[in-house]
Amino acid sequence: MVPITTFHYLVTAAALFVLGIIGVLTRRNVVIILMSIELILNAVNLNLVAFSRLYGLHGQVFAIFVITDAAAEAAVGLGILIAFFRNKETVNVDEVDLLKW
Amino acid sequence: MFFLEHIWLIPLLPAFGAAMMFFVGRKLQKRTVSAVCVGVIVIAFVFSCLTVLQYNAYADAHNHAPFEKIIYTWLGSGTGNLTYLTQHGTPAEFKAEAGFLLDPLNAIWLLFVTGVGMLIHIYSIGYMAHEGGYYRFFGYLNLFMFSMLTLILANNYAMLFVGWEGVGLCSYLLIGFYFHRKSASDAANKAFIVNRIGDAGFLLGLFTIAWYFGSIRFTSVTALARSGQFSVGDPIITAATLLFFVGACGKSAQIPLYIWLPDAMEGPTPVSALIHAATMVTAGVYMVARSNALFVLAPTSMKTVAIIGAVTAVFAASIGLVQNDIKRVLAYSTVSQLGYMFLALGVGAFAAGVFHVFTHAFFKALLFLGAGSVIHAMSGEQDMQNMGDLHRRIPITHGTMFAATLAISGIFPFAGFVSKDAILWEAWSKDTSAYHLLWIIGWFTAFMTAFYMFRLMYLTFHGKPRMSHDVEHHIHESPKSMTMPLVVLAFFSIFAGFLGWPHSLKGSDRFSEYLSPVFAPASQALEEGGRPGKVAAGIREEEHTSNAEYLLMFLSLGVAFGGWGLAWRAYRHADKGYREPIAVAAPPFYKVLYNKYFVDEGYDYLFTGRRKLGPVRLGVMGLGEASAAFDTKIIDGTVNGAGWMTRFVGTLSRLWDTWVIDGILVNGPAILARLVSYPVRLVQWGLVQWYALVMIVGLLGFVVYYVAK
Repeated sequence: MVPITTFHYLVTAAALFVLGIIGVLTRRNVVIILMSIELILNAVNLNLVAFSRLYGLHGQVFAIFVITDAAAEAAVGLGILIAFFRNKETVNVDEVDLLKW
Repeated sequence: MFFLEHIWLIPLLPAFGAAMMFFVGRKLQKRTVSAVCVGVIVIAFVFSCLTVLQYNAYADAHNHAPFEKIIYTWLGSGTGNLTYLTQHGTPAEFKAEAGFLLDPLNAIWLLFVTGVGMLIHIYSIGYMAHEGGYYRFFGYLNLFMFSMLTLILANNYAMLFVGWEGVGLCSYLLIGFYFHRKSASDAANKAFIVNRIGDAGFLLGLFTIAWYFGSIRFTSVTALARSGQFSVGDPIITAATLLFFVGACGKSAQIPLYIWLPDAMEGPTPVSALIHAATMVTAGVYMVARSNALFVLAPTSMKTVAIIGAVTAVFAASIGLVQNDIKRVLAYSTVSQLGYMFLALGVGAFAAGVFHVFTHAFFKALLFLGAGSVIHAMSGEQDMQNMGDLHRRIPITHGTMFAATLAISGIFPFAGFVSKDAILWEAWSKDTSAYHLLWIIGWFTAFMTAFYMFRLMYLTFHGKPRMSHDVEHHIHESPKSMTMPLVVLAFFSIFAGFLGWPHSLKGSDRFSEYLSPVFAPASQALEEGGRPGKVAAGIREEEHTSNAEYLLMFLSLGVAFGGWGLAWRAYRHADKGYREPIAVAAPPFYKVLYNKYFVDEGYDYLFTGRRKLGPVRLGVMGLGEASAAFDTKIIDGTVNGAGWMTRFVGTLSRLWDTWVIDGILVNGPAILARLVSYPVRLVQWGLVQWYALVMIVGLLGFVVYYVAK
């Protein structure tokens, strides 16, 4: 068996990150996009924690911040979603084009 | 010397009458008005007589010096604030007092002004009895007497000028007494305005004297003039005397300023008698006689005075030959006789000129008052063509006027003969024979005078009656208040001549002797100036009456009788439709004379501008028209042009603002922004995921950049 180094964590985090990106860019449902954004943030958390093992506790502390931040952001994003849904009866992101020229 | 000390009361008495009329005249009865105004003049006359008597005593005691009384300093203060340098560099102070002077010259004027004035005031009671404005008339008459007495009794030129202006004003007021008639108010304006032109000359003369002599008191000026400081023919003095003479021409109706006097007949007849015959018009003569010391130093001025006097005399007499209005004949006669007076002054015969003033006052006032009586009898008719055969119906008027006519025609031994003959003799006997021409003019004028005066008598009183029947029935002699003055004046017209009876006829010529303190130095100066001829002043030492004098006397008498005879032949039996002999003999000449040589029309063309000369208007109104055209076209044109310019600049501003500022500077960036916005807005797709993609691409770019670094 290969030992699990920091590198494996970073790759995992990167993979999750890319998946999150693809999700943000590709998915139509706004809720899924928000979930993808959460995925991105969590990937970043994983990265931070992985590096904290090597370089001190700063990474973990920063991860705690990010988690808090993600929570707040999710709350706000869902609030916007609900407000938008009340207006336009859809969660399809293609239809959020009121600022289109 | 009570009366002498209180000489200032004499002008003040009529002033009081005038003031009373001004304040309460309207409410007074006619009786009260007559009592006050006429009474005041009677008192003034009595006062004047006593004053002159006292002066005679004073003069004997003081070596014939003039009596001066100064009330207060009117102009100038004596504080040294008004000093200036005279021509000679001596410092002088301009000072004019309210002062009174009395000397023989004044005394004569004082007596006949108050005397004739008194008679005319009495006459006016009867004449104006049925007229409106009774109190106004007497108020103005009294104001006139006040002004005239101020003029006569003044001791300096400025005070004289006060009276001068005052009589001009009263002349205006009285000529325009019936101001509802346009002709009357026009005549009043004409009199005042023409007088004013003369006044301008007088004032300039006054200022010249003030500047040159440093004083304007008569005594000072006369003394300085006779002191020998000034040479005969001094140009400044010549200028000053000529300017004074311009004033005299205006006031005493000489050429070219005589035109107001005939029109002045629009006023009531007593006004014509008092102002335009006896008193106001003699003011010019008085002023020149008073300035005799100055005139003696200016031979050019004296020649001018004499020539203008002679020309005026003959000119006015010629016009009087053919006039039909009885008062107008007398008006031209006055102008002509005034010409005689100036002729006398001009040749140096000052005493003779003054004597003619004196006698003329009586017979001319009588003629005017008599004419007024005739007009009164004829119910207002003034045209002699409509009169005739009145001598039995108004005998007193006829008799007195006949006496006056004899006097004015120069028939021996009446007053006019003596005075006119004295003038003519003096004109002849000056050294140069050029003066003989003046004698011829004067002699011919005497012929014309006799002719037109007897023409007046015959047309008015004799011949067949030519008036309408209504008028004929109303003919009546005038009341006593009117006939009494006529009789008194007739007495003087007949006998006043004896006061100046010439030496050649074994008289003592008391008149000239009385005036000798005033004029003697003048006559001496003229004699010493190389004029050995006889000059009339007071000093007639032994003289041999030459035969020439008797011959000339006979010629004057002859020409007077000749004129009488011709008038008798032409007019004695004048019936309706009588023909004027001059009209028969030379119609164009008659037309010219009848139209007064078209002088008024000429003045209208040249000086007033009431008639246009072709397309152009000259004179004062022409100046007005030119000024109006200048104002309308040039001044207003400039103002309009400035306005147009402002609007033009406004239009330019508007165009600049619209096209340049708004177009380019304001709209330009807007258009630019819009133009740019078209492509730029395409960036905004409104798709959220597209934005996210762009963000991630940018992020990738950063990462690649840092990794590759």
